[in-house]
Amino acid sequence: MTEPTKTAGASHLDLDEREHTFLDANELVLNMGPQHPSTHGVLRVILKLDGEKVRGTECIIGYLHRGVEKIAEHRTYTMFNPYVDRMDYVAAVSNGLGYCEAVEKLLNIEAPPRANYIRVILTELNRMASHMLWLGTHALDIGAITPLFYTFRDREEILKIYEKYCGARLTTHAFRIGGCQYETYDGFEPDVKKFVAFVTPKIDEYEELLTTNRIWVERTRGVGVLSGPDCIDLGVTGPVLRASGVKWDLRKAKPYAAYSQFQFDIPTGQNGDTYDRYLVRVAEMRQSLRIISQAVEGIPEGPIMAKVPKVLKPPVGEIYHSIEAPKGELGYFIVSDGSTQPYRIRVRPPSFVNLQALDKMVRGQLVADVVAVIGTLDIVLGEVDR
Amino acid sequence: MLQYITGYLNSNVTPGQAGNWVWALIYILLIFLGISLAVMGMVWLERKILAHMQVRLGPMRVGPHGLLQPIADSLKLLLKEDIIPESADKLVFWLAPLMVVIAAFTVFIVIPFGPTHAVTDMNIGILFMLGVSSLGVLGIIMAGWASNSHYPLMGSLRSSAQMVSYEIAMGLAVVSAVLMTSFNAGGSGTLSMIGIVQAQAAQHTWFVFKFFPLGLIALFVFAVAMVAETNRAPFDLPEAESELVAGFHTEYSGFRWSLFFLAEYTAMLAVSSIAVTLWLGGWLRPFSSWHGPALNIPGFWEHAAPMGAVDFAFSLVPAACFFAVAVFAAIGTLRMPKHPLMKIQKGGLGVLALVLAGIGLVLLVPPVRDRIQDIFWFVAKVAVFMYLYIWYRGTFPRYRFDQLMRLGWKVMLPMGLGVLIATAVVGVLV
Repeated sequence: MTEPTKTAGASHLDLDEREHTFLDANELVLNMGPQHPSTHGVLRVILKLDGEKVRGTECIIGYLHRGVEKIAEHRTYTMFNPYVDRMDYVAAVSNGLGYCEAVEKLLNIEAPPRANYIRVILTELNRMASHMLWLGTHALDIGAITPLFYTFRDREEILKIYEKYCGARLTTHAFRIGGCQYETYDGFEPDVKKFVAFVTPKIDEYEELLTTNRIWVERTRGVGVLSGPDCIDLGVTGPVLRASGVKWDLRKAKPYAAYSQFQFDIPTGQNGDTYDRYLVRVAEMRQSLRIISQAVEGIPEGPIMAKVPKVLKPPVGEIYHSIEAPKGELGYFIVSDGSTQPYRIRVRPPSFVNLQALDKMVRGQLVADVVAVIGTLDIVLGEVDR
Repeated sequence: MLQYITGYLNSNVTPGQAGNWVWALIYILLIFLGISLAVMGMVWLERKILAHMQVRLGPMRVGPHGLLQPIADSLKLLLKEDIIPESADKLVFWLAPLMVVIAAFTVFIVIPFGPTHAVTDMNIGILFMLGVSSLGVLGIIMAGWASNSHYPLMGSLRSSAQMVSYEIAMGLAVVSAVLMTSFNAGGSGTLSMIGIVQAQAAQHTWFVFKFFPLGLIALFVFAVAMVAETNRAPFDLPEAESELVAGFHTEYSGFRWSLFFLAEYTAMLAVSSIAVTLWLGGWLRPFSSWHGPALNIPGFWEHAAPMGAVDFAFSLVPAACFFAVAVFAAIGTLRMPKHPLMKIQKGGLGVLALVLAGIGLVLLVPPVRDRIQDIFWFVAKVAVFMYLYIWYRGTFPRYRFDQLMRLGWKVMLPMGLGVLIATAVVGVLV
């Protein structure tokens, strides 16, 4: 950690340093990814190693770049809606919510209360699905293979609800600008209630496998520590920020959809290490269940779609709207020139910003920790590269 | 010649000691085949048991309940292209898997499956065993080095550090078991594998229960060290998939890779066998010093040397086990869905049930029963350890390298040393 951080130039690793002779070569440059089992997709990390110790890292991203933001400039506001699902594909519903709300703000319309309740239920289910996938893969990275199957078994139930609601499981395109396209299906409420009752003991099951597991605690405690001020400096948001003791959750700070009507806590950690991030996310799953139960109980009757013109022509202007996605603050900055197509859309993806912290977190730690830290940051490369 | 071969049958020493090379070769062949089959069975069992722990079914397609999966797997491996990387050190690359396999198999020369069921018995048996089994690490270093690639190199470095440091704790635990053999009424200590089991028989206790809890602690140290020694979860750092792709055998494929695979499972069987021999009484059945009243019913059940009732009851266990598995398979046959495509599978499972029941019947024949018993108990105890291996893999995350080293040097080594000293002190005092 004492190493000065050199950030000038394209690569701060001095990779083109003169090659050492055999016996002097105590530094090893290891190329981790883009085809590596635990870089969660196509992330490429160049590691500079001293034995097993990490001296520096460099992330190479862009292998999944699809130019989503550019595509937006040639689509109408409605046409672009499905594209946002493809960014963070494990939390597609959240992406859709952020985009729809941003455009609604731009158009100065508001979704009806029933739509907002449906949005909250689906988004919180999505948060659970995202956290479950994270927990499974993160545990797998650290060597525990069993939690993966448990979490995928339970995530399946969420996907089934999505499938019944809108026909798609992953890239749902559940929301429309101005509300929801579909009314809830018959038996939606009982299904969701059944899911809540089903999954509550399952979360205890995950915790039973991991929380007090000696090896798990040793592998995660004190690994990839990020202090609160560091998080704020780096722009890190979401569970990673909260695990460092900063109580910042957009659902409470700037309530959107129907979040102001529910009671829930913001779980925070103290140490900002991998273990705390694990605890925070598990606690968040429980809070999500709380929100879902409240929302299902109090879901109002009424229309699900606001009055929206056939052709969307927002007034000239710009808007920034952000929501608390499972991975952190997901923001949309939309510039409108008054035409049917956005002039520019800029997405503030939580994964991309959180990934910045990787170097700070792993410097001076061991190779095995790099894997743990990539897991704990909970990045999705679709969102990093867009 | 024929007499040379049949003459051995009445002998009560191992073929190696009797100097009978024909039987020694037969034993070697049997052990080699047995281990290879056991490895195949292990692979199937591991996949099945792990799958059931993880709420899935595991292999189900190749044969009934995936029973033929290991055969399909090994066929696939044999037919795969054998790749030697361009920049690899060809000779060392070629030698490494052989080295590992030879080291793993050679250990079985001295493992006693019964009082005479071993290739040979050496007076330095346990030393030989530790020595040979630690040769395997050489092969792993060679593999990592010869691959000329970063991941294998790091894997093999980790592996060698790990194996060397856990060998010390392992050695100390073994010494404490060897020490126990000397606390025998009028007996002296022995390093011979058969001698160690006989010492347990003479002392009427398995060493795991001797000087309770000292034997148990020694077994614990050994059991932890042996998992580290064989590079299995939670100590599977050398082949940590999420970090080093596949560790030292990243560059290996096809048959060469399968040799590493074979060696890994053989080494698991070997160290489990050592643990069983040293602490769990080797081939001795449970309560082996308890014979019960002699079974001698005049006119109905007469023996020259009457058998104890308990002896008799335990001698039926092997056959009973086979019958139980046969019944299990038969139930499986009945439970299979009624579908024309399932006919072959159903038939296969039915045949398996019949074969198992047949083996059970054969095991009831007195001469076979008496000869097979020792092997059965030995294998059953080894199977417990193998199950533990799978169980660990299903439940534990992986240790980090420095934690692994800390555990080895700061916990296991003092523990082993403490047990050794305590055993010596207690042994002298008692």
